[in-house]
Amino acid sequence: MSRWMFTLALDAPGAGGTTMSVGVGILGSGNIGTDLMFKIFRRPRLKLRMMAGIDPQSEGLARARSLGVPTSTRGIDAILEDPEIRVVFDATSAKAHLRHAPLLREAGKLAIDLTPASVGPPVVPVVNLDSYQRAENVSLATCGAQATVPMVHAISRVARVEYAEIVATIASKSAGPGTRQNIDEFTVATARALERVGGAARGKAIIVLNPAEPPILMTNTVYALVSDVDPAEVERSVQAMVERVQRYVPGYRLKVPPLVGEGPAGTGRVVTIMVEVEGAGDFLPRYAGNLDIMTSAAVQVAEDLAAGDRASVA
Amino acid sequence: MADNYPARVTLVDVSLRDGSHAVRHQFTEKQVAQVAAALDAARVPVVEVSHGDGLGGSSLQYGFSRQPDLEWVRAAVEHAPSTKIAVLLLPGIGTRQELKQARDAGAQVARIATHCTEADIAEQHIELAREMGMTVCGFLMMAHMISPGELARQARIMEKAGAHVVYVVDSAGALLIEEARERVQALRDALDCEVGFHGHNNLGLGVANTLAAMEAGATWLDGSLCGLGAGAGNTQLEVLVAVLDRLGVETGVSVYGAMDAAEDVVKPLLPRPIVIDRDALVIGYAGVYSSFLLHARRAAERFGVEVRDILVELGRRRTVGGQEDQIIQVAYEIAQRAGVSPGA
Repeated sequence: MSRWMFTLALDAPGAGGTTMSVGVGILGSGNIGTDLMFKIFRRPRLKLRMMAGIDPQSEGLARARSLGVPTSTRGIDAILEDPEIRVVFDATSAKAHLRHAPLLREAGKLAIDLTPASVGPPVVPVVNLDSYQRAENVSLATCGAQATVPMVHAISRVARVEYAEIVATIASKSAGPGTRQNIDEFTVATARALERVGGAARGKAIIVLNPAEPPILMTNTVYALVSDVDPAEVERSVQAMVERVQRYVPGYRLKVPPLVGEGPAGTGRVVTIMVEVEGAGDFLPRYAGNLDIMTSAAVQVAEDLAAGDRASVA
Repeated sequence: MADNYPARVTLVDVSLRDGSHAVRHQFTEKQVAQVAAALDAARVPVVEVSHGDGLGGSSLQYGFSRQPDLEWVRAAVEHAPSTKIAVLLLPGIGTRQELKQARDAGAQVARIATHCTEADIAEQHIELAREMGMTVCGFLMMAHMISPGELARQARIMEKAGAHVVYVVDSAGALLIEEARERVQALRDALDCEVGFHGHNNLGLGVANTLAAMEAGATWLDGSLCGLGAGAGNTQLEVLVAVLDRLGVETGVSVYGAMDAAEDVVKPLLPRPIVIDRDALVIGYAGVYSSFLLHARRAAERFGVEVRDILVELGRRRTVGGQEDQIIQVAYEIAQRAGVSPGA
């Protein structure tokens, strides 16, 4: 059976008691992989069995070894050889994940993809993890989507959202080459997630890099055009959603609560919301909330699936 | 003195792009056609046409366009047959898809703009424009925020990616004459390609800075008719044309043609006089992105706070182009502190 099932955690050797855990592996030994490692350490249900990279000089692998985590420089092959690894976080690149995805599927391992490869449907755990209970490949939507789709969803569950637009502003230092070389892919994928996951009829995404020192925290503005809306209802829905995101991203904060104003002539009303994301500072710097929200979401997905307790985020 | 000057420069009109900010992106296709035809008659070689924030800029963040960019581009191409039509693209706002469509609609010049420290996000767009046979200008915005040396390093990234021209863009109209000169000189020394200068008039230095840039080696110079543009407007094109004529620098542009296009075609379109009023002056003084002006006025009204307080705070936070949402946040926060309740 190639399909990863939630019951695997319960099938684990020594099942019983409270020490059941699911074996996980990290592919990619860069900053994202390292931050994932620290987050996994704090989750008792997840047992980190390996970090695999390809660069013998990798600082990430050295750090993992020093913390007692088995490492390999044979990348995906080493991960595939360990049958105890049931969940694999892919923190490599879109190109590499396209190669990894079918291999992981054949091996019956669940892939949690942090790259922009989009092999699976986009997931923002707090909104739509439930829809993909049997997915073999959980493709995390972009960081911009992780930060804003919950807000769009919070509006769209109480009003029809004709159009949602988001502006994600991140510190220049937190934008690696992957983002810089694929900025169009980022905006397009984020816009699609506003529609498919957020529930907007149309979506648009804008990203701005700001080089200020000290680096700014990730700031996100959400605008939603709605035909009609009860401001109090939107406020309640948004506040409730912010609290749910905060369960796995403690630094997720509402900076400007929903403001309801008149849209440009003939477009109805506009709801404006601003949220800031401060990282947990596990390994990545605190200003890199855009990266932290990805690693936090990834680990939350793994833990929820391992626990069979999908209600905790969804 | 005349030996400081290049024999010939390329003038670019931005009335239909930077000027789009001043009319809140509400140009009609007919207005675009009229302005483009007048610029064509004046023999202006390059005319930029887009939403003020570039292709794909139509948004709640920056203001919806009355019409899609492509309709404006087509109108300009049709009515300015001997002029090259340029489009602006800011990676992060517009995409290569929109650039391809603009090329198909007849645009021949691509101006790819980033904040002055972020040139590498434009590499793919510059490469694509080059592959499509367009003339490519790299646009380093808010150039007052970094040193000439840092700016030159960023310019090299754009040149390597394939830009034919790299611009020093004084988006805030904040550069003093010597600062404009030093930045252009640094690019001139570091690059093999041509160097351009795009000025704003918030400190009253639009034409003066453009001349200093030219003396330092800039050969692509931007301006707009009647200065129509963000903030206190751009370097006033018809004035620049007349001054360059007096200096004996060849532009190919008719002095009377530029004057007539400004007076007869653009002046009647002005929503208000393009002058250095208090708010525009604050933009230049505080070093804030010029297109924040009208957004800040609107936010000031909505939240019952002072425009100047918003602009100065935006400068203090070192906001960059494209962060119009910060205007709302700053106005909201000032209002919260003052205990003013926001209107609708």
